[in-house]
This record gives sequence, C-alpha cells and structure tokens, in this order.
Amino acid sequence: MANFLARRFISSLVSVIGATLAIFILIQFHNDPRELFVPDSGYGISEEQWIALGDRMGLNDPLWKQYITWIGNTLRGDLGVSLARDRAVTDLIKGKIGATIQLAVGGWIFAIALGIPMGVLAAVKRGTFWDYFGRSVAIVGQAAPPFVTALVAIWIFAVWLNWLPAGGRSPEFNWTEYLLPCMALGWGAAASLMRLTRSSMLEVMDSEYIRLARAKGVGWNWVIYKHALRNALIAPVTSALLVFSGWLNGALVVEIVFSWPGIGYDALFRAVNDNDFPLLLGTVFIFILIYLVFATLADIAYTLIDPRVRLGNSSD
Amino acid sequence: MTTSETPAEVQHVDSSTLDAPLNPVIVNRSFFGSIWYFFRKYPVLPAVVLIVLVIAAVIGPAAAPYERDIGPIGDRHLPMFSFSELAPEDQDAPKYGLWPAGFHLFGSDHIGRDVFTRVLHGARVSMQVVLVSLVLGMVIGVSLGMISGYYGGLTDELITRFVDIWYAMPFLMVALIVVLIFGRGLTVLLFVLALVAWAGFVRVIRAQVLVLKEMDYVAAARVNGASDFRIMFKHLLPGILNTAIVVGTLNTSGLILSESVLSFVGAGIQPPTPAWGVMTNEGRDYLSIAPHQVLVPSAAIFLVVISLNFLGDWLRDRLDPRLRQID
Repeated sequence: MANFLARRFISSLVSVIGATLAIFILIQFHNDPRELFVPDSGYGISEEQWIALGDRMGLNDPLWKQYITWIGNTLRGDLGVSLARDRAVTDLIKGKIGATIQLAVGGWIFAIALGIPMGVLAAVKRGTFWDYFGRSVAIVGQAAPPFVTALVAIWIFAVWLNWLPAGGRSPEFNWTEYLLPCMALGWGAAASLMRLTRSSMLEVMDSEYIRLARAKGVGWNWVIYKHALRNALIAPVTSALLVFSGWLNGALVVEIVFSWPGIGYDALFRAVNDNDFPLLLGTVFIFILIYLVFATLADIAYTLIDPRVRLGNSSD
Repeated sequence: MTTSETPAEVQHVDSSTLDAPLNPVIVNRSFFGSIWYFFRKYPVLPAVVLIVLVIAAVIGPAAAPYERDIGPIGDRHLPMFSFSELAPEDQDAPKYGLWPAGFHLFGSDHIGRDVFTRVLHGARVSMQVVLVSLVLGMVIGVSLGMISGYYGGLTDELITRFVDIWYAMPFLMVALIVVLIFGRGLTVLLFVLALVAWAGFVRVIRAQVLVLKEMDYVAAARVNGASDFRIMFKHLLPGILNTAIVVGTLNTSGLILSESVLSFVGAGIQPPTPAWGVMTNEGRDYLSIAPHQVLVPSAAIFLVVISLNFLGDWLRDRLDPRLRQID
C-alpha cells in the first residue's frame, strides 16, 4: 500500500508539473499581459514604465526562472495576484469555489441517487418495463450535452410549469435554486453509473455463488441485497469517485446557463477572456489537483472494497 | 479453416443461426413481430437519421428555402409551422417556387431568419468540422499508438505518460486556452477537436500492437529485411484498422458534443455561421417567448449523437467485440 501510494504520488507530481508547464508555455504565445495596463486613451506608457511593470510582474526573467518562481510560491500557498482584478488568486478562488463545490456535490448526489438504484432495478427486473425505462434514461443522458439538458429543464420547469427559478444563486440558501443545475450536471453521470451498475449486477447475478445461495434456499431479496449488491457495487463506486473529473467541463457550461457564480464561470472563463494568466494558471492547477486527488482516492477505495485487487501489480 | 476439413453438418451454419438460442426452436414470427425483430437486429433508425444528416450536409445549403444570414426583422420569433405575417412585398421570397411563399417550417429566430434554413446549413458545418478533426486525430492517435507499442522502452514511457497527463486535463479548459491564444476560427477549432480526438486512439492501438508485433509473420518480415516503417504501415496497420474504425465511430459522437459545447460557450464556430451550438446559444435568451429556437437545434444535436452511439455500439459488436470493455 505504501509502495503504491509513493508511486502514485510521483506519477501525480509528474502530471501536475507537465500540465502546468504546458499551459505556462502556451500562455507565452498570448498577448503580453502588460498591455492590460496601457490606457486605451492618452499617450500610452513610456519605455521605462513598461520595463518597470515587467520587473514588478517578473516578466523580464527568463522563462525557466519564471516557472520556478511560480512553483516555489505555489508550494508556499501563494498563487500570485490576479492581473485584471488586482487581488490574490487564492482569495478569488476561495471566494468562488464554494458555489462550484455545492453544485458538484448536489449533482453527485443526484447522479448516485438516480443512477445506482435504477441500475439495480434494471438488472433485477431485466427485460421488464423498468429495464427499458432505466436504459432509455441512460441513453438520453449520454446523448444530450449538458447545455441541452439545462435549457430543456429550464423550459419545462421554469418557463412552462413555473415551479422553479431559471437560474442565479441568492446569498442565503434556497434549495429550489439547486434542483435544476444539479440535475443538468448530474444526468450524464447518472447515465454512465446506471449502465455500469446494471452490467456489473447482471454479471454478479450470473455467478456460481449466487446460484449456490439460491439453491440453499436463501430468499431472493436477501440474495440481491446481501450477496449480489456488495460485489456489484465495486465498479460504480470507483466510477462515482472519478466522475468529479469530467464535471469540471460540465460545470463550466452549467454555470454559464444558470448564471451560477462559481469557479468555472467567474474564475476560469473570465480569466481566459481577460488574459489574466496568474488566475488562469492557479485555476488550472486547482482543477488538476482535484482530479488527481480523486483518482487516487478511487484507487484506494477500490482496494478497500475488493480485497482481490492488489495495487502493486496494477499498471497505472 | 479450409472447406475440405469442414465437417458436413457445420457447413451450412451461417451467421443468422449463430445468433439463435442453443436449443433450436422454430420461431414463427407474426408480420409485426418480424419487423420488430429486424429493427432490434439492425440499427435501422440510427442509419436513417445519419443518412438524412449526410443528405442535409451535401445538398442542404442548396435546398434551404431562404437566405442563411438575413431575414426580415418583422418576422422575428415566428412559431413552428407558421406563415409570415408581413405583407407579401416585405417578406423574404423563398429561393425556389416549390416552397409555399412565407412558410417557415421550424419558425424564425430573434432577427427573422428561417430556422429550418439555418439547421440545414448547420448540418454541413458540423459534418465538416467533425470529419476533418476526426481524420486528423485518428492519424495522430494511430501513429503515436503504433510507435509507442512497436518501439517500447523510453519512447513508449514518454508517450503513455503524455496521454495520462492529457487525460488529467479538463478538455474544455485546454480548448478555451488554445482558442484564446491562437484566435477564434475554423482552423483553430479543427485542431482543438483533433486534440480532443487523438488520445482515445493511443491506448487501444498500443495494446493491439503489443500483441501483433509478437506474431510470427512480423518476425518473418523482419528476417526478410523489412524496415521498421514498412513493418508498421504495411504489416501492422491492416491488423489494427478495424479497431481504429470502431474507436473512431465511438468517438464521433463525443466530437459532435465537444463541437457543440465549444460553439455554445463562444469558443467554437462564430456567429453568424449557424452551427447548432451557436443557434442554441443565440436562442436561449428567448426561451420564454419562442422556445423552438433552442429546441430545434438541440433536438438535431441529440438525434445525431444518439444515432451515432447506437451505430457505434452495433459496429463494435460486429467488427471488434473485444472492445466492449471500453465504453
């Protein structure tokens, strides 16, 4: 286990360095961030001011030195100062990430609460109405991009039925505002969880020990919930942890459609538009960190649930 | 197996009896039953949708009844299946006489443009973007997968590691960064989507090549003095082509989704070019008064993606059932 964690840590480190380095290099092709400080009207700025600005932002150093400086600061918990808004990047991200986490957790609960029971039901009642119903929900969820789900949900529940608000997030907690965004975000994940639960449940129910339990005379419900479900849930649980990674994409779209003041819309999207590279780099760094943490957690959860898996042998 | 060795009783086994249950039962299907069976066995509806898409992409711009980018502002927000409410001389005339004058099949959008016309044009945009980027991504992905699997060692380690890092990046973020650095335009979008597509090929192709390169015929080719390049493209490529096609089909729906999401966010195809994502984004402000502006392009995206998923699954089961695990 310790050996695995060490290897996992090293490979995650390589991923973080590689990804941030790639973005760092790509950003060099973009406009000079000093141009943000040049007023649109008037005489522009002088040569000395330009160089002084470069000194202040560390742009006159060679590229490798800029990168090393950034890494050093990051390790001390300082992601730099946003150029467009003149505030610490960590403060900006801290202020916005709460809304995104709420959205992600809400969507996650929706995905699990819909996907796993539906998958079990579809497998247990194979070939009946419930099976076809569950599979249709999954097929629709996999084929509709998040903005289509979001807009159709707004059209039905906000415009047509007028039950729920069409977007926004008020400062005080209001649960009705969470329903539509979480559903739009969670449906795709619910679809893949449902398919995964169904197929692994079918596989388990076909195995010898379930037949043995049935032959011994154990009741059908007991067999399903005590014997089959435990083994069938291994794949969905791991996948449910990994689902977070894909949501960084979905969250951006859902936040745009619902005017949700989270990190995807308010930090990432604006940072790209404002040419604000410290903010951009910081956001990307946080996103990749979240992904890697969850990928490692998923692997650990895998061994805890299924003792047959030996982490040392797995190729990661 | 050759025909001479085939035992007599196996000779007339064809693929249809292989699908039948082990204890042969004679199934007497009713007329509707046999239609239902045919629909279950072959992806008929998805094929129809995709054929319609291809036809729309090829002849759509010529068959579209109205101008693509301009329309009479007085006709804005017309509902579906409606006629223009303007006086005949103010209306936009259909481009050919067969079309009923002033008729808007899918209504009109927020500045009076015909939605049906724009959906037809959008089909061509989607097809172009997806085909070009798919081929581009396939060439890059298959080549890297082959190189990685064939050479092994440090090259393999580097490529595999790079693919791992690539998977750790949320694609939309990479796409936004690339688009804003290199500018918004069709060429940049094609490259961004190729970047989305290539990584999916590498792992699968690499695994295939690892198996194939140990085969005797590859060793024989090497003994005969074939170069690495020749072995890869002449001897290994035919063996992995099926897999590449299956992965490509399964990836196409993902590419259409990515394209529509990028266009929706504003980083993809730029208005007034009517990509379906652009149309959805333009229509979302008018959801309460004219929802068809969102629903029509959304339905188009949805139908095409769902058909591609079905067709991809079917093709995978036919060509390469070993890939079942990757979905």
